[in-house]
Amino acid sequence: MSEHKAGSNLEKVLSAGHFAFTGECGPPQGANVDHLIEKANHLKGCVDAVNVTDNQTAVVRMSSWAASIILIQHGLEPNYQMVCRDRNRLAIQSDILGAYSLGIRNMLCLSGDHQSFGNHPESKNVFDIDSMQLIHTAKTMRDEGKFLNGSDVDVAPKLFIGAASNPFAEPFDFRVYRLAKKISAGADFVQTQCIYNMDKFREFMKRAVDMGLHEKCYILAGVTPMKSVGMALYMSKQVPGMDVPPSLVKRLRGAGKGKVAEEGIKFALEQIEEFKEMEGVAGVHLMAIEWEHKVPEIAERAGVLPRPVV
Amino acid sequence: MIVAESKPIKELLEMVKDFKRILVVGCKGCVTVCNVGGAKEAAILASTLRISGKKEGLDVMVGEHTLERQCDPEYINELKDVIGDYDAVISIACGVGPQFLSERYPDTKIFPGVNTKFMGGAVEHGVWAERCAGCGTCAIHLFGGLCPIARCSKSLLNGPCGGSSNGKCEISQDVDCVWDLIVTKMMEQDRLDELTVFRPPKSWTTARDGGPRKMIREELVK
Repeated sequence: MSEHKAGSNLEKVLSAGHFAFTGECGPPQGANVDHLIEKANHLKGCVDAVNVTDNQTAVVRMSSWAASIILIQHGLEPNYQMVCRDRNRLAIQSDILGAYSLGIRNMLCLSGDHQSFGNHPESKNVFDIDSMQLIHTAKTMRDEGKFLNGSDVDVAPKLFIGAASNPFAEPFDFRVYRLAKKISAGADFVQTQCIYNMDKFREFMKRAVDMGLHEKCYILAGVTPMKSVGMALYMSKQVPGMDVPPSLVKRLRGAGKGKVAEEGIKFALEQIEEFKEMEGVAGVHLMAIEWEHKVPEIAERAGVLPRPVV
Repeated sequence: MIVAESKPIKELLEMVKDFKRILVVGCKGCVTVCNVGGAKEAAILASTLRISGKKEGLDVMVGEHTLERQCDPEYINELKDVIGDYDAVISIACGVGPQFLSERYPDTKIFPGVNTKFMGGAVEHGVWAERCAGCGTCAIHLFGGLCPIARCSKSLLNGPCGGSSNGKCEISQDVDCVWDLIVTKMMEQDRLDELTVFRPPKSWTTARDGGPRKMIREELVK
């Protein structure tokens, strides 16, 4: 992995062997650029790249490519997220070209939450291609300079291609094979779903390492600090594919009034410490949902600052 | 079969409120099997319309007639001598029926009496589930005999997505995750190698995306 495929900061940090630290920023539900910049500025200097979500949970927001460009204009490197729910293969390839042309260098390929979750459940979904095929499309465009129909791309988009992996969705035994499939399809890096069940994640990583997947792809462990007991209960009951062990809920409850958020951060910090040492884990993806202002503190306490300049 | 459900009676009454001579046309095909549009249901709907008319103090004449099939001009033709007696027709066949009736009897107002749902079958008494999306290029043998296009909420060919939990789909606890079923079945059959094969983007040209479809069997065309 010495030769750069896209030359993004994230790729350089990872290929230089540093423990990567990425963040996340959801675009506004409107054209509130100031709010986006304010949230993103908290992450500046604390992370190697910022995931910019694409109509997350199927709620309409500013387009992820536009928000990504705004981040670039303000000195942050975006990890442009793209879901297959809202666009067909024409729009997907066209957006990849547009995003690359405007300076985007990382792209995370996702299927996307079903629209029934969001604020336009009446909408028609697309799912012309799936996330696996999206990864492959981005790779084919980059490495072979070909569109999906086989015709030539006039200047190939050189993107560092990301994929998501949820070790906690079922069937568990197949999850590591699906990760392997994403890597074969072209994923350069993987960001996992928020991890709370550490035992299960350790087992997942053991299997990934046994298969040598960590040598073919950078695996970033997903961390979302719990802000409250309510959030933990919501995550465990309402969010599909999320595994929140009762022991964590108990621990948060035991923290006492006014101290739950700090306990949530402590748990996240303990996780990050373990991930730094865990075989096969190349970094952490911190999803501090609507808690961007806490990222500098978490990064500082996690000992991942200053971020490497490669 | 094609699975349909009755439209709410309120909606039907509103549709035909301006008509005094109404013919309810049933179909002995799929809608009879799924208990929504056969002779029995035609009789029930006709009598409901009659009672409602009486309640309103209106002189409404309601006839009923059930055809062998409404997706075949030969059977549709059977109505030619009676349809003139009516000024509105409610077809309780799938969406094909009222359209064939409209085409054959352009002067008569045709109304759909059912909502056509999907192609599927009865999984238990009174419960039907979707099985086929009619994409035009069947490949279920690649997926343990289960169709991810019709049965995965995202039609993933390389599933399961991260929303699969306890064998259920992320959209509802009432929906099985077909990818959970596919993976479980294929792993039991020791076919993991097939599951790890990358399935390329599908050509949707044979599906509805390719435009309205028509099939011509030259050997059958007279």
